[in-house]
This record gives sequence, structure tokens and C-alpha cells, in this order.
Amino acid sequence: MLLTASDLQAIGLTLQVATLTTVILLVIGTPLAWWLARTQSLFKKPLGALVALPLVLPPSVLGFYLLVLMGPHGAVGQWTQALGLGVLPFTFPGLVLASVLYSLPFMVQPVQNAMEAMGTRPLEVAASLRASPMDTFFSVVLPLCKPGLISGAVMSFAHTVGEFGVVLMVGGNIPGVTRVISVQIYDHVEAMEYADAHRLAAVMLGFSFVVLLALHLYNGERRRGTPP
Amino acid sequence: MPLITDTPPPRPATDLFMQLPLKKTILLAAAAFAFSASCLAGEAQVAVAANFAEPIKAVAAVLQKTTGHTLKITVGATGKLVAQIRNGAPFDVLLAADTQAPAQLEKDGLTQAGSRFTYATGKLVLWSADATRVDPKGEVLKGGNFRKLAYANPKVAPYGSAAVQVMGQLGLATTLAPKLVQGESIGQTFGFVHTGNAELGFVALSQVLEGGKLKSGSMWLVPQVLYAPIRQDAVVLQRGAANPAAQALMRLLKSPNIQDLIRSYGYEL
Repeated sequence: MLLTASDLQAIGLTLQVATLTTVILLVIGTPLAWWLARTQSLFKKPLGALVALPLVLPPSVLGFYLLVLMGPHGAVGQWTQALGLGVLPFTFPGLVLASVLYSLPFMVQPVQNAMEAMGTRPLEVAASLRASPMDTFFSVVLPLCKPGLISGAVMSFAHTVGEFGVVLMVGGNIPGVTRVISVQIYDHVEAMEYADAHRLAAVMLGFSFVVLLALHLYNGERRRGTPP
Repeated sequence: MPLITDTPPPRPATDLFMQLPLKKTILLAAAAFAFSASCLAGEAQVAVAANFAEPIKAVAAVLQKTTGHTLKITVGATGKLVAQIRNGAPFDVLLAADTQAPAQLEKDGLTQAGSRFTYATGKLVLWSADATRVDPKGEVLKGGNFRKLAYANPKVAPYGSAAVQVMGQLGLATTLAPKLVQGESIGQTFGFVHTGNAELGFVALSQVLEGGKLKSGSMWLVPQVLYAPIRQDAVVLQRGAANPAAQALMRLLKSPNIQDLIRSYGYEL
């Protein structure tokens, strides 16, 4: 199995996008999940639905809105231009932003579930021991929710690697900048370069299977490990 | 609607309908109507190169009006449509954006022999949604005062490979390379420029003209010496050989009225 230089470039780029997206999602998704898990606010349900939207929206809808919003005449585009960041479509930061939105529910939902399953008891104990809310969050909540965080991070990473439609709509197919593996495969197929498509597709298939297998093994191991 | 008069008058069906409840009668009547309509007017699945997306709608409207036949239109880059056809996509007619793709399909026995002909010759333009950006001589390309230049994927879109030829002829291939963004077809390329995400783009003249006039923005009509003529061939595919709607479409494309219509989108014939 020999991959071409452009295939390797696409793989490298995809890993960069997925890693950065996962890190950003851990940073913003965890507090968001915490708020959603704890709040009694009226906005809990609407915000929860908003976070889940990318699960049901066609990528073309998300891609179209991003293209229009991030474009020079769009609200986000005007704002990024005012900040001197330029316009985001066809750029690496634009791709990462799109990926963050696209994978948001894959991070928030497992973490939120873990936080809700934890219940209020550990928080009350921590408070009675005079732990500050910040201290409680970092030394009690996060360690207890580790399985949810790991699930969320792995799923976000894998989902971003598998992203296609949104990238196709806002990427512009630029080698080394926005031409990720899925787009590279699509390009090969559309140009009837089936041998090239096969090689890269096999890599993706193997990768996706290994990731899911690892996650299942980890979850199985954990369940066996915890006392009833 | 001459075809309707050719059909025999409907048989008296009152005795049958009398025995049925009203709802079923209506359903049956509707089904019978739909069935007879589908017998009269055929339907053809047409794969259309993206540059011809607008004209084909007008052609389809004329076809339906004059013959009752309807078209089911699939738009895409020529190369992609050909890949789909080779893998068994159920198209009756291909309207390509080049001559090679239909010729190759013909050579491989995937078309109706002798059906291939040139229905239009397309023109390439450098276009911007901004009314002041593109000068009539295309000097803007050399100035480099823009962020992104969109063109269609040359591997599958003939207008994309025409754009590559133009950039090469102008000696700008290397200087423009960092600014290039690629659309999956000339349709997506147009979208990139239309939304302003790319300030400039090589698109088809047919996409920016309406009734012979520039719809909006500014453009440079790229001189024909800079790229090989984009001759666009139509061909009936195997599946369409026995389809009256497909045959009617091919006849219509050769008629003077439709050729005038095609010219109004900036094509030559």
C-alpha cells in the first residue's frame, strides 16, 4: 500500500484539524455540558436542542449557512474582518471552526450525561468539606466524569476525521489547507482514479474500526472494573 | 397538445364507478388520469454540465409545452456525470461541457450510435460579484489585489481546465497558485464568487448573463486565444435510445428557436 505525497498531506492535515477541534471542544464543551447538566434555567432545553442540531442537520445546510455567515457580507465575516482576521471560508481556522460546530454534540452529550449521572451527592460532600466550587469542579467533577470526557473526546476526534459535507462546502479543496482525507477520496472517485480512492478509503476504514473497537473495549473494561 | 386528440375517447366507466364509494372512485379516477398522462408524455433523465444549468430549465419548459415530455435534470461537473454514467447511473441523455467525454462514451459503446452533436460552444469569463473589481482587460489578475481566485476542479470540469490554460498562457500560474480555491463544479465555483468568499473566479459566461446582459458584478470576457474552444457535445445514452422524450429533447436542441435561446446565454453555435 503506497500512498502518494498528496494523500499523506491530506492525512496530516486531517489529523491536525481533528486534534485541534478536539482540544477546543474539551475546553468549551466541558463547561457547556456542566451548565446544561446543572441549570434550572428556562434556556436549558432550547440550548440543549441547539447543541444537538448538527446531529440532524444535513451537512449541506450547515455548510451553506457557514459559507454565507462567514463570508465577507455575513455577520461573522464582518466581525472577523473588523478584528483583522480576514474571511474564514477556504482557510484552516475556518475549517476548524466548522468542525467545532459540527462535532459539538459529540463532545457535549457524553459529558453532560456523565455529569447528570454523577448526581448531587459528591457536590454536597465536597461543599461540606469546604471545597470551593472551582476546586470541586476540578478535583471531584472532572475525575468522576472521566469516562464521559474520554468518550466525548474520542467521538469528536473520529467524527471530525469523518467530516465531509461541510468541508466540501466551505473548504475550496486547497491542498494542505482544506483538502482533508474525505475530500481527497471524493476527488479520486469523481476523477475515476479508483485505485487511489481504494488505498485511502481502506486507511479510513481501518482507522474508524480501530477507534470504535478501542472505545468499546475501554467502556467494557470500565464497566467490569466498577463494583456493583 | 395534439397528442391528446390522438387517443381514443375514454370508455364509459360509470357502471364500474357506481358500485364504489366516493373516495375510492376519486382515487381510481386520479390513478387512471395519472396513468394515461404518463402514457402520453414521456420523461427523460438528463445529466447536464453545470454551466448549462440555467439554459436547460428554459429548454425543459419549451419541451414540456410543445410535446408534454418532462425532463428530470441532474446537474454536475462533466467528469463526475461521466463517472456516474459508467457506473450505471440511469441517465437517458448527457449534455457535456466538452467533446472528449461524450466521444469516449461513444467509443465504449455506452451511447446511441450517431446521436452525438455539438449543442453549444461555451465562453469563459473572469467574474466578480463586485461591480468595480474586474476591468475589461482582466488586468486585475496581474495586480494581485485580491485574496482568493475560484476555479472549477480541472480534473472533472472542462471550464476548470480552460481556466488552467488561461492562467498558464498569461504566465501567472505560479503567482496565482496560492490564491486558488477549487469548486467541485462550475456551479459551486460560481457560488464561491457570488457569496463574495472569493473576490474573483473563472466561471461560464452563461452563468452571469441574463437575456444577453451581465446580471450583476463585473467581468472580463477571456479572449478565445487563451484557451481551447469549449465545444459542448450532447449524446443519447444507451438507455435513452428507446425513450421518445430523450429523442424529442435532441431534436429540440437542434431547432433554430432553441439555438437562439442558447445564444442568448452567451454561447456560440
